[in-house]
Amino acid sequence: MRNIVPVLTVIGAIIALWYAAAVPMNIKETLTQLERGGAEVTPPSAKDRRNLGHIGLIAANSFAARAALSQDRPRLPAPHQVAAELWDGTVDKKITSKRSLVYHGWITLSATLMGFAIGTGLGILLAVGIVHSRVMDKSVMPWAIVSQTIPIIALAPMIVVVLYSVGLQGLFPKAVISAYLSFFPVVVGMVKGLRSPDQMQLDLLKTYNANTNQGFWKLRLPASMPYLFASLKIGIAAAMVGAIVGELPVQGGGLGNRMLTGSYYGQTIQIWSALFAAAILAATLVAIIALIQRGTLKKMGLA
Amino acid sequence: MTYLVAGVAIWLALWALNARLANGPHAETRAVSLAIPLIFGATLLTLWELAVRGLDVPLVILPPPSLIAAKVAAEVPTLWADFQQTFLKGALSGYIIGALAAFLTAVLVDRYDFLKRGLLPVGNFMAALPIVGTAPILVMWFGFDWQSKSAVVVVMVFFPILVNTVAGLGETTQMQRDLMRTYGASYAQGLIKLRLPAAMPFIFNGLKISTTLALVGAIVAEFFGSPTLGMGFRISTSVGQLALDMVWAEIVVAALAGSAFYGIIAAIEKGVTFWHPSQRT
Repeated sequence: MRNIVPVLTVIGAIIALWYAAAVPMNIKETLTQLERGGAEVTPPSAKDRRNLGHIGLIAANSFAARAALSQDRPRLPAPHQVAAELWDGTVDKKITSKRSLVYHGWITLSATLMGFAIGTGLGILLAVGIVHSRVMDKSVMPWAIVSQTIPIIALAPMIVVVLYSVGLQGLFPKAVISAYLSFFPVVVGMVKGLRSPDQMQLDLLKTYNANTNQGFWKLRLPASMPYLFASLKIGIAAAMVGAIVGELPVQGGGLGNRMLTGSYYGQTIQIWSALFAAAILAATLVAIIALIQRGTLKKMGLA
Repeated sequence: MTYLVAGVAIWLALWALNARLANGPHAETRAVSLAIPLIFGATLLTLWELAVRGLDVPLVILPPPSLIAAKVAAEVPTLWADFQQTFLKGALSGYIIGALAAFLTAVLVDRYDFLKRGLLPVGNFMAALPIVGTAPILVMWFGFDWQSKSAVVVVMVFFPILVNTVAGLGETTQMQRDLMRTYGASYAQGLIKLRLPAAMPFIFNGLKISTTLALVGAIVAEFFGSPTLGMGFRISTSVGQLALDMVWAEIVVAALAGSAFYGIIAAIEKGVTFWHPSQRT
């Protein structure tokens, strides 16, 4: 709780900086528009203005600062414009509307969750295999680690197009990318977790005459929970990035698609609102996992 | 059919060989623990090749590895130009700028407790966000050339390095800092002689995480607009032309570049933090 004041100060400073940057970023286009509308602009010709700095222009035309914050297609939209667009896209529009952020967010969210579920499930299975089989450990584990240094996401457009040509489209190709991205963090974290019990604890179970199966369910799996949750948080953020990038080549909607169409048509406010919607969604997902983590670990007596 | 049978036979044979090696008496030697994953990788490649040939998978779905290798060999000049544009110009410059900016911010944040308490939660929050999404905005601001890719990479690598460096700077114990004070060390001396060396494992952790992010950022930013070269550009246009062997060739380059980048940073880490328990064997 003692962090609230500093955090709010930092957020306030970011918003203030944002407003301060928005005026100079947009001033040239604003002055051109005002001039066309018949306003007195100094210096009067666009040619002279090109050579002037942004700050100088604002000083000469202080009346335009207000207009610079309410442009239709600004280079940098002001915070309140993005907030208004977010409100408009989530609350004012019907959920079924193609312009609703809830509609697009749901498309992204469903691909993220489906991919996350597949990736996490397979990741845990592979980790269990790795821990119990020396051959798998020795042959698969190095590749799992190396694969984390590879920009897997570059595969995204190809996966979408190839799966499309096999006849699969819609949710599944994006979910494949999400699954792939969330898979390796879970494998690496889970292997670490399942190996975390020390020799003493393993020996204790051996004196109880526990078999491998009991050892897994009663010691290894519970001990791996903190590691599992840490990698789940990384995994769901990665899955979300995968879903967004996977949406770039297809026309089916989603937040990534919203960003791409926004950048095609110069609709900057649309890009920013999609970006913030994605950020809020990702933060909510991570927060939900953190909540489950706290609850579970508390029940297990680990936190 | 014979291809498939041969594939399964080779798979079983190599798996048996690996099982023997892994459970054998020499399993812990360096050569064997290097050979096992290599054999496994070779198995996968052979299976891929034989499955594609045996099942007559069309080229537009999955080209066999032999064809990809031939494509890499044939297109070296194009691939090199793309690599220069995306990796050397876009990713590397952004990585260096981002890392330096994050490092300086971290030292500043560490100095003032108020900033630390305020910026760290915000930084942690930002590190989990889909920052690739800023790519269309930055491409709009900085143009289609490598400058915009560099900017995306700066934003992507900044927060992981910042968070890790701040965590690392807080790593020293009260006892160690008190010792420095009894020596009459100034803030700068304490920073350079005690706290920066202690922070190095954390800083390198952030630097290593960021190598992949840098390449991802540079490639994805090219999907939003680029000059007519670059790895992301080539991937998206080749996918459009269904020239999948070219896409795979670029992915091979990206994988090699990503692993080599990571390897170089890891090697530097080994030299800098030779004293750390994780580096001693």
